[in-house]
Amino acid sequence: MSRTIGIPATLTYYSYFPFWQTFFTRLGYKVIASPLSSKQIVDWGVKETVNDACIPIKLFHGHVVALRDKVDYLFIPRMVSVDGKATFCPKFLGLPDMIRASIAGLPRLIDERIELKNGARGLLKTCYKIGSNLKETPAKILRAYWAACKAHWQYQKLLIQGVLPGEILHQQEIVAVHDRRSAVNLAVLGYPYEVHDPFISVNLLQHLAAMNVKVWTVEMVPTHVLAKFRHCLPKNLFWHYSNRVVWACYYYLRQPIDGIIHVSAFGCGPDAMVDKLIELEAKKHNMPFMTLTIDEHTGEAGAVTRLEAFIDMVMFRRENR
Amino acid sequence: MKISFPHMGTSHIAFKHLIENLGHEAVVPPTPSKHTLSLGVQYAPEFACIPFKILLGSYLEVLERGAEMIISSGGVGPCRAGLYGMVHEKILRDLGYDVELLIFEPPLRGIVDFLKKIGRVIRPNGIGWGEFIKIFKTSWLKLVALDETEILSHQIRPYEVNRGETTRVFEECLSLIDKAWTREEILEAKHEAERKLRAIEQKQDYNPLRIGIIGEIYVVLEPFINLDIEKTLGEMGVETHRSIYLTDWTRDNTVFDGEKDIKKAARPYLNQLIGGHGINSIGETVLYAKNGFDGVIQLAPFTCIPEIVAKSILPQVSKKFDIPVMTIFLDEQTGKAGIQTRLEAFVDLLQQKREKRGVDVERVSGN
Ligand code: SF4
Ligand code: SF4
Repeated sequence: MSRTIGIPATLTYYSYFPFWQTFFTRLGYKVIASPLSSKQIVDWGVKETVNDACIPIKLFHGHVVALRDKVDYLFIPRMVSVDGKATFCPKFLGLPDMIRASIAGLPRLIDERIELKNGARGLLKTCYKIGSNLKETPAKILRAYWAACKAHWQYQKLLIQGVLPGEILHQQEIVAVHDRRSAVNLAVLGYPYEVHDPFISVNLLQHLAAMNVKVWTVEMVPTHVLAKFRHCLPKNLFWHYSNRVVWACYYYLRQPIDGIIHVSAFGCGPDAMVDKLIELEAKKHNMPFMTLTIDEHTGEAGAVTRLEAFIDMVMFRRENR
Repeated sequence: MKISFPHMGTSHIAFKHLIENLGHEAVVPPTPSKHTLSLGVQYAPEFACIPFKILLGSYLEVLERGAEMIISSGGVGPCRAGLYGMVHEKILRDLGYDVELLIFEPPLRGIVDFLKKIGRVIRPNGIGWGEFIKIFKTSWLKLVALDETEILSHQIRPYEVNRGETTRVFEECLSLIDKAWTREEILEAKHEAERKLRAIEQKQDYNPLRIGIIGEIYVVLEPFINLDIEKTLGEMGVETHRSIYLTDWTRDNTVFDGEKDIKKAARPYLNQLIGGHGINSIGETVLYAKNGFDGVIQLAPFTCIPEIVAKSILPQVSKKFDIPVMTIFLDEQTGKAGIQTRLEAFVDLLQQKREKRGVDVERVSGN
């Protein structure tokens, strides 16, 4: 019997991989994540995707190609909503359909819709559906579900303590800066699949660490703290990750930080709104702000030059305050 | 009060009617132009979709003309359009304008808020609710008259003997409807418009290619952004059928039997609401194919999220139903000449396809 499940290492991978890895492992499957994003994976993705798509979506297609011949199942859930209100970006919503239409020779897809209206109960139900489609017994599913929840909480705890997803998920070495007094403190805001993917972010986090910058990310703010800012806008955005970025911006503007960097993908629809909103908000607080736009052609050297210039400016301001 | 609103196809004629009848001064937004767009591009985020940029440009233009309030619509997502108002307002405020943006959310989201906003518009002039409803109904009738006239013009244009005549007559019809004020006058203007259009000299025994136009609502409705695609095709002798009109839900549609039908047709390919007109684009392509159309053209703003999703799924539909689909992404750089060439090539392809199928049709004049 076939027992391997592939999980593409991008998009919601950075938020939920420990959960699904534990869940499927406990059900007796071998879980294979695709390798870290690379030039090769981007090229595969670019080949398979409509060229108007944003880089994260192209990359996702590439990760699917990387796994295609290695696994018996591909896990591409249809991520609709995890809080019953905001949905994911519409591209996430149509993802399983896009993959089916553009990539040939796919293994079986597990594309259960994840739309949690009533929190944990909804998740258990979804897990139950996935498990019973794989012909597992209720008891086994329940046990796997519990173990998965624990893994997820554990992961969340580490993130809130300031460990970076990359350090946990791909044992990436980032010599993080810990002394916040001597360092430049920057909020680096953006979607986890951009900020924490060393390939598309052109090694942003490593470069910042090397420049003695203490990085503050969206993931370091507990969800209930973020939620306090949900009334800051007259109308919330419709998208899960985008709201988190905007709320984190409001949060960090009330913390002792020196500047904000917004990481955004070329052609990203939601970010056209997000970027403007946080730019205006930062302006109101007189906070240095920079947008780093990334796509498959972004050069590392150019990005580093811009970062250096930005940090110089931030330092200068700090010293003259 | 001086009130303005977005420009969308011919609808400004009806909105003007509404505002003026409510006793306000209507600041009619100028037809979008290069100038509008460049204003919008200057102040909008780079990756905002083109409707956002044009609207922002329009708002800046009407503010220059003294508008004190702008009325627009909101939405519940999951696409960006529902957030336009909020972001527009923040940008305008940042530029130092003190304008009131009155954004109507769908009444189901909060009926009180909805009514309050209407109250905000009608109360200053002491207009009661009964009267408001009457005025609203007449304006709606005008909107319907405009849409029906336009639909007819697209049916007739491919048959016209003297190129450009339909467009000329259509302009006359618009001003007829614009001048009509009461219910009776509007109905009369509509009949007169129909008569005028039907009087255009038409080719006999001509069987034009038929193309369905699908995509995102704003670019489908606004000729300035879609580079007059329907007129261009019509003058190439092609009949177009457009999937979206503002007054859609009140009209019997010959191709689509309502939203439900469209969603059902889309389901095997896209089983999820993705906002905008994404799911419609899929479903409508299926239905156009089933109704014997020769091809489909998808119009989408550059970076439009739902249409990108739709585009990546459309090839599958196109293959299955053997109907060619061409996607045109529109942004501030899209030029008319480039589009013209692409349209000609597409029309040629459809023509050849028809000939291969052995349908005997008169050659479509293609220049
Ligand atoms: S949020 Fe932006 S970057 Fe992410 S999938 Fe959507 S369009 Fe792409
Ligand atoms: S449907 Fe497209 S054009 Fe309309 S708001 Fe959404 S992204 Fe913009």
